[in-house]
Amino acid sequence: MAENNTHLKPSKPPIWNDPKYRSLFFQALLMFGLGLFIYTIVQNTLTNMEARGISTGFAFMSEKSGFDILQSLIPFNSDSTYGRTFIVGILNTLLVSALGIFFATILGFLIGVARLSNNWLLSKIATVYIETFRNIPLLIQIFFWYIVVLRAMPSARNSHSLFDSFFLNVRGLYLPAPVTESGFIYTVITFIIALIAVFILKNWAKKRQEATGQPFPVLLTSLGLLILAPLLVFLVTGSPLTWDVPVLKGFNFKGGISVIPELFALLLALTIYTAAFIAEIVRSGIKAVSHGQTEAALSLGLTPSQTLRFVVIPQAMRVIIPPMTSQYLNLLKNSSLATAIGYPDLVSVFMGTTLNQTGQAVEIIMMTMTVYLTFSLLISAFMNWYNAKMALTER
Amino acid sequence: MSEANKQTDQKFALQMINVNKWYGDFHVLKDINLDVTQGERIVICGPSGSGKSTVIRCINHLEEHQQGQIIVDGIEITGDVKQLEKLRTDVGMCFQHFNLFPHLSILDNLTLAPRWVKKIPKAEAEATAMKYLERVKIPDQANKFPGQLSGGQQQRVAIARSLCMDPKVMLFDEPTSALDPEMISEVLDVMIELADEGGMTMLCVTHEMGFAKQVADRVIFMDAGQIIEENTPNEFFNNPQSERTQLFLSQIIAH
Amino acid sequence: MYITDKILPELPAPSSSKGVLHWLKTNLFSSPVNILITFLGLFLIYKIVPPAIQWAFIDATWVADTREECLGEGKGACWAYISNRFGQVMYGFYPPEEYWRPNLAGILLILLTSLLFIKQMPKKVWIGAFILLVFPFIAYFLIHGGSFGLSEVGTDKWGGLMLTLIISLVGIAAALPLGIILALGRRSTMPVVKSICVIFIEFWRGVPLITVLFMASVMLPLFLPEGSDFDKLARAMIGIILFQAAYVAEVVRGGLQAIPKGQYEASVAMGLSYWKSMNLIILPQALKLVIPGLVNTFIALFKDTTLVLIIGLFDLLAIIENVLGSDSSWLGFFTEGLVFAAFVFWIFCFSMSRYSMALERKLDTGHKH
Repeated sequence: MAENNTHLKPSKPPIWNDPKYRSLFFQALLMFGLGLFIYTIVQNTLTNMEARGISTGFAFMSEKSGFDILQSLIPFNSDSTYGRTFIVGILNTLLVSALGIFFATILGFLIGVARLSNNWLLSKIATVYIETFRNIPLLIQIFFWYIVVLRAMPSARNSHSLFDSFFLNVRGLYLPAPVTESGFIYTVITFIIALIAVFILKNWAKKRQEATGQPFPVLLTSLGLLILAPLLVFLVTGSPLTWDVPVLKGFNFKGGISVIPELFALLLALTIYTAAFIAEIVRSGIKAVSHGQTEAALSLGLTPSQTLRFVVIPQAMRVIIPPMTSQYLNLLKNSSLATAIGYPDLVSVFMGTTLNQTGQAVEIIMMTMTVYLTFSLLISAFMNWYNAKMALTER
Repeated sequence: MSEANKQTDQKFALQMINVNKWYGDFHVLKDINLDVTQGERIVICGPSGSGKSTVIRCINHLEEHQQGQIIVDGIEITGDVKQLEKLRTDVGMCFQHFNLFPHLSILDNLTLAPRWVKKIPKAEAEATAMKYLERVKIPDQANKFPGQLSGGQQQRVAIARSLCMDPKVMLFDEPTSALDPEMISEVLDVMIELADEGGMTMLCVTHEMGFAKQVADRVIFMDAGQIIEENTPNEFFNNPQSERTQLFLSQIIAH
Repeated sequence: MYITDKILPELPAPSSSKGVLHWLKTNLFSSPVNILITFLGLFLIYKIVPPAIQWAFIDATWVADTREECLGEGKGACWAYISNRFGQVMYGFYPPEEYWRPNLAGILLILLTSLLFIKQMPKKVWIGAFILLVFPFIAYFLIHGGSFGLSEVGTDKWGGLMLTLIISLVGIAAALPLGIILALGRRSTMPVVKSICVIFIEFWRGVPLITVLFMASVMLPLFLPEGSDFDKLARAMIGIILFQAAYVAEVVRGGLQAIPKGQYEASVAMGLSYWKSMNLIILPQALKLVIPGLVNTFIALFKDTTLVLIIGLFDLLAIIENVLGSDSSWLGFFTEGLVFAAFVFWIFCFSMSRYSMALERKLDTGHKH
């Protein structure tokens, strides 16, 4: 009897009531509807573009652009192609985003830690900072720095200066630029050797600690090695580095590194705005490590700094890094507000000027969106990888 | 005189003299006096909010007392940073919620302090850790993470983690009250074994009366921030003197 | 053996551990570093706060008919610049004699919403549905007019704070149902449904709002059959709604994930169909959980509405930046305009974020054990 049962399959409902077929049917219907929708849109777009005389395709990419760009990391002039405006735009977006991420992380960490300080005044100041800047739209802040602050700067002649080498005026920020001479390569080589030495030292210190229990002050020695050794070589080889200090010539400064006010204002606004969010992330990350963890570590005899290093920071970072990466992504997307003050980022140059001149909206908007989507997907891929790697093993 | 004084100090593993503590305006500890001799096993009980946990948290200076003296192993606790490290290596503590480090494996939980505080070589620290894991009967879990263990196993790991520092005094802050009933005995068994070996001074805040009867040299009953009754387990359970103690015991038994 | 029945009196804490001096010592002057930080902080406050108060209040000009009255030695902020053009700041180019119409719509909305906050109010769901489904039409007829004897006021005349509020409120109200459907779709077991929803959500979340607005204003007309056209505001709204729906979907998904599996199993065991179990069991619980998250996305949307100035709509910021800023008789008070706009946005966002935090705390305690 039992043998018979093993071959018996459960009976099935009629096909129109079988959930499997129902769902298949529904999905097929949805696919068909979506296909029809997309087909209609494509047809409409093609008819409309033909009617308005808009050309299609990517031939415009190799045409001459005929306009200049305020700031470019690669050579660009009005003879360059539209294709090149795309690259210039991407590079400018990446420049302001990278700088913004760098400064916002530092500022955000400082303010987040200040918020947790046992100094009442400091923690209140940090709170006011966070609550002020994250509740005011970024665009207002960009306008504020660009129009209210930077436009009110004095003319080049009356620049604000620091040590007579940093200048701030209505035309932007001027910094000294390092100029290397022939012997400087030795300093660089020493630095690389020092870097390798630090790496070896770190491994050796770890092994020694494991073998004898004696810790070695790796951080301090590494810093010393990285700074002192190159400095020594630098001095021995006769200081082969000079600073190209900006100098006032006529109505403007020449030489050095110049930061255009558009970049400076955008960077300030992005940094200050994003830092407010990062500060909250850092604060909640540190607070997420329960007090019991600190107590347990202290009661084992670990010093407060060891407790931070081995117990609090590793746990806090797991909480901090995922929301932090999405803040970085937000900063990258927010950098597109550059277009409001004319910083030549991807949106401003490509989706703005190039689109206006060529009129090829569909191609250009799609390309622009693809760039942002690519970065988003890359960053989420990283985040998934990180989360999987760092997930605490639970039952 | 000074010679004699030193001797009396030496006899005690732990002394609390007129200790008072306030949380803001709330008087949590009132004139606590307690002498614990070397190797003595003490159970502290009392209703919640009576200050019993605060007493043992003051002993390894997780909480600061405002008046009186606490003397551990002949040295008065002042909060001096260097002294604190020494104090805490001598005094082990187990928490109600275990407080294992969730990002470290069991073995790393056990070797962290020995390696970085006592500066013991890794291999040696791991050998010691395995020895204690065997004593708490879970050597096979060494490479797992705290999140993969049951509550009872986690608390046993926490006990082993403290033992790895070779403490002179062990403090237990309600070690079984966060556990499911079926896991309580496995933790108590480990603690009883530890007590039976002798030599270790133990202070245990717990409501496990069976445990108290079996191992304690003395039972201390606290209420409203002060010590109400202090007696041998036999006398304490069979012949409680104070009204508050009687009330408390009747509630525990009824429960 | 030690026994006492005497309960010791509660003694006051020693003076060294309480009082103002103790507070100052532990919170401001506990160590040399802390003392330094405290003084640096005081210096910072001294450098920022008194000058700001001096400028914004003490030296400010509140009433003035011409720009000249605001100028001169020792004059601070010129608030007269805002108050003289208050109508435009609030309503854009909406005809002043018709201001009562948006006002009425606003008051109606506030009244309806406040009903939701009354604890004993019965049938809250119906009031909510009325606000989401019926009220928008009432508001549209009131503000846009063109029927029931009201003169028509085209959307090109809408502006100022009114437009900011309309865009953000319509944006969230329309994005909510769409977002819920997307969130359910993303958790669906049907691969086609799931992938369509995932692609949709990730697409909108991956691109900046500006590109969406450009797409809506430039590409959308190309998508539609010839001859049919939306006005600029409607196009922007479509872009904003789709964009916002993706963010709402992610918030709702978080809520759905937080509902214990047992709830799903129980509702299936009761014999409820998918839609019934969602509507009756799962969504009511999930949506309650995600209210704080929804408020936060709304705050983000509210701040993002300022971006519409880039495609030529006149929200609060655009009125201040473009319209007032280019008025030659009141030139040179851009700072005041910007500070005013910042202040208005700050009040809205700050109070909403406090509200969401309070809700979060309430939900937190409600869900323990």
